[in-house]
Amino acid sequence: MSTDTTLKPTPKAPPRKSPINLRQYGLLAALVIIVALFQFLTNGRLLMPGNVNNLIQQNAYVLILAIGMVIVIIAGHIDLSVGSVVAMVGAVTAIAMNNWGLPWWAAVILGLLLGAVVGAWQGFWIAFVEIPAFIVTLAGMLLFRGLTLVLLTGGTISGLPAPFTAIGAGWLPPVFGEVAQRDSLTLLIGIVASAALVLQLIRTRKTLQRLDLPREPVSSFGIKAAGAVIGIMALAWLLAGYNGTPIILIILAVLILVYTFVLNRTVFGRHIYAMGGNLFAAEMSGVKTKWVNFLIFVNIGVLSGLAGVVSTARAGGAVASAGQNYELDAIAAVFIGGAAVQGGIGTIIGAVIGGLVMGVLNMGLSILSVDAAWQMAIKGLVLLLAVAFDIFNKRRSGGR
Amino acid sequence: MNVPILRMLDITKDFSGVRALDGVSLEVARGEVHAICGENGAGKSTLMKVLSGVYGHGTYGGVIEFEAEEASFRSINDSEAKGIVIIHQELALSPYLSIAENIFLGNERARNGVVDWNKTNLEASALLARVGLRESPATRVLELGVGKQQLVEIAKALSKRVKLLILDEPTAALNDEDSEHLLNLLEHLREQGVTSIIISHKLKEIRRIADRVTIIRDGKSIETIDMHGPDATESRIIRSMVGRELTSMFPPRKPEIGEEIFRVENWSVYHPVDHTRRVVDGASFHVRAGEIVGFAGLMGAGRTELAMSIFGRLYGRNISGTVYKHGKPIDVHTVEAAIANGLAYATEDRKRYGLNLIGNITVNVSAAALSKLARWGVIDRHREYKVAESYRERMNIKAPGVDAITGKLSGGNQQKVVLSKWIFSGPDILILDEPTRGIDVGAKYEIYGIINELAAQGKAVIVISSELPELLGLSDRIYAISEGRITGEVPREEADQEVLMHYMTAGKD
Ligand SMILES: Nc1ncnc2c1ncn2[C@@H]1O[C@H](COP(=O)(O)OP(=O)(O)OP(=O)(O)O)[C@@H](O)[C@H]1O
Ligand SMILES: [Mg+2]
Repeated sequence: MSTDTTLKPTPKAPPRKSPINLRQYGLLAALVIIVALFQFLTNGRLLMPGNVNNLIQQNAYVLILAIGMVIVIIAGHIDLSVGSVVAMVGAVTAIAMNNWGLPWWAAVILGLLLGAVVGAWQGFWIAFVEIPAFIVTLAGMLLFRGLTLVLLTGGTISGLPAPFTAIGAGWLPPVFGEVAQRDSLTLLIGIVASAALVLQLIRTRKTLQRLDLPREPVSSFGIKAAGAVIGIMALAWLLAGYNGTPIILIILAVLILVYTFVLNRTVFGRHIYAMGGNLFAAEMSGVKTKWVNFLIFVNIGVLSGLAGVVSTARAGGAVASAGQNYELDAIAAVFIGGAAVQGGIGTIIGAVIGGLVMGVLNMGLSILSVDAAWQMAIKGLVLLLAVAFDIFNKRRSGGR
Repeated sequence: MNVPILRMLDITKDFSGVRALDGVSLEVARGEVHAICGENGAGKSTLMKVLSGVYGHGTYGGVIEFEAEEASFRSINDSEAKGIVIIHQELALSPYLSIAENIFLGNERARNGVVDWNKTNLEASALLARVGLRESPATRVLELGVGKQQLVEIAKALSKRVKLLILDEPTAALNDEDSEHLLNLLEHLREQGVTSIIISHKLKEIRRIADRVTIIRDGKSIETIDMHGPDATESRIIRSMVGRELTSMFPPRKPEIGEEIFRVENWSVYHPVDHTRRVVDGASFHVRAGEIVGFAGLMGAGRTELAMSIFGRLYGRNISGTVYKHGKPIDVHTVEAAIANGLAYATEDRKRYGLNLIGNITVNVSAAALSKLARWGVIDRHREYKVAESYRERMNIKAPGVDAITGKLSGGNQQKVVLSKWIFSGPDILILDEPTRGIDVGAKYEIYGIINELAAQGKAVIVISSELPELLGLSDRIYAISEGRITGEVPREEADQEVLMHYMTAGKD
């Protein structure tokens, strides 16, 4: 690539140190601090194996919804209907099993399909009729809540089959027996996950090295890797001492990996960020913005369906009031996780950590038997502080 | 020349470790028009933001003295209170408000919090008369063209009793007529005792209006040239700006023109809102392989509308006509189809349509051709990085690296990112809309070189430009457009400014 001009090539920029990503680390640090704080306040009860297990099983729905929500928010939209969709899907799956006699797995598929249909419905109005998502999903919030109430006029449905409830409240079977009175399968999963993570970290670093891109110093890289391994192994150890690996944890891990890959590595993911960054420019670069919008809402529909299945399974039954305020939990998790209100910025892992922050708060405050009203108030304040901290950070790191 | 109105001494400014200003000094005499020149990314806009308090006291190093007093502005409000008003590279008017409301925005003519509309409109009218804008104060700003918006900005500045007016590339988006009007206005204001600082890449203007010029290169002030002195020539300024001699404005080129690649026949487009208005009216033209074809026209002639309606129907409604490539009709109904058929359109409005400003250089360069970098929908990010890096070098984009956020690049460097994106999309037909807007003379030469190279590869290149010398220096053939119709087609040999102007104003009263 040479041009016949008098320009002299730009001298290669000197190697730069990567500025430490305060945002991501700050968020992790906040999580660690909150965990430590409640561990102290609850006299060590927060991190008891049973509680850690419950933390995961009770908050799975926020994490699943946050994954869908962060994608919607990156694209510059919002979805207020997820709580109602959770309730409706819960009702339909329960009715399908108890009244229509569908096997549990068929009911699950039905639930996910229903989520997809709901998503396609809302996606149609948003993408093709171009009604703002705020309005469409606000309408959806009322519509699907209403339909749920109609479906459940007979009252609560309970007595769901055991394989179904296991999705939300069950564990992997102890196929390898126990070591030191702990479930070996869970420990094994922990070891494999740690190894995979370390390998991945090293690979990424090698690539940066090869391309001569800025990378963090070896010391902080080492600390990061060691911290990750310790975190995973501690989690595995605690869970192994209780009932083993919650099934939902596996589902969550797969979702996190798949969606991180989709957002970071695929053309589709790049289109989502491009649209959030500048819709016009994306359109003028050939992005099929309408279809991307449509698919984003189908996606969050399916994930809401999954969250509906999971929370119904966990509760062991369907009630009309299920999923109340779930949309707010998910949106809060996404913003605590560093997404931008204007769109274009956000990560899956950030949203998940944001969801965990909310979860730990819930759990810690419950153990301390703080009443629900105060819990809500405190969560509100935490959301505000987290975003304020983020903005403060951005200002400090330079210019406008 | 007595006591200078402004002295900036040894100003330094860092952006997270990157030094944008490195000991710049500037002295502006009372009542003069002082120009600032320098390459893209030299630090001109940053210096003016420091001066006007956008970057407040304490975020930069050095001393600012205004009217013999040390100044420590913490915000724009502070500097405005002292009579310094800046008009930014990107205009900042509120489109849905009226001219009068915009002029007094934040400075309302009100009593006890209730706006006095009579006074507002009356004073606005007086200010509009002063800047020579014949519009009702009640007109909404979105109905005005850029040139007139610029005048509203100046009227707004005057309403604040401006002593020092700063204009950052005020004429970059203006046509010759509007530019001329603006320069006259500046001269007029000079007579009334208003001092101004003007940043511009158009040296002709600077020679016309500036009393003195300060040159900035790589964040350092190089020298100040007295424009009334003997050695005040354009080449002198250029030498000082780029640090070397630039003998010609256009790189040499031997056109090798082949078969026709692209043909548009009978293209008509109606206004998206006003359905009876024909914005493009039966336009027919063609471009051959290796040919550079210019489109000349006054502002509002319909050049951009023509291009955008061809490129995926981004503009207009009720579009009719046919587009041919190599003699066969092609589908350009959507941007996707247009790109797939080898078209590229680099927009004139980079901030609005061209760039993802919160994304880095890499994602912007690859944005229009991700499929080239992906397999099964998965992006090969190493290759993507290498591509972006190669364009950074080739286009000489001044940035710490390709992971730099495009919103933080200087205006000219953003323009280079837009060009990179479309060149990388590998088009056969490349439409460049004002490709050198806001670009410094040295970089213009580079971009002309790149355009020549694209033509030499056998591509068809269409250049839309408001600068006639640019069209004359670059094109093999020029179409003139007036009021949506192609009014003339002039080969290079026969083209000069007069001929073009004749066609460009054809059919106008
Ligand atoms: N907010 C910011 N954050 C980081 N870097 C910045 C920021 N603003 C400007 N810069 C950098 O400072 C340098 C000077 O930029 P500036 O906008 O002042 O250039 P300029 O002389 O006005 O150029 P142009 O003629 O292209 O407008 C550039 O390298 C730019 O990337
Ligand atoms: Mg600038």
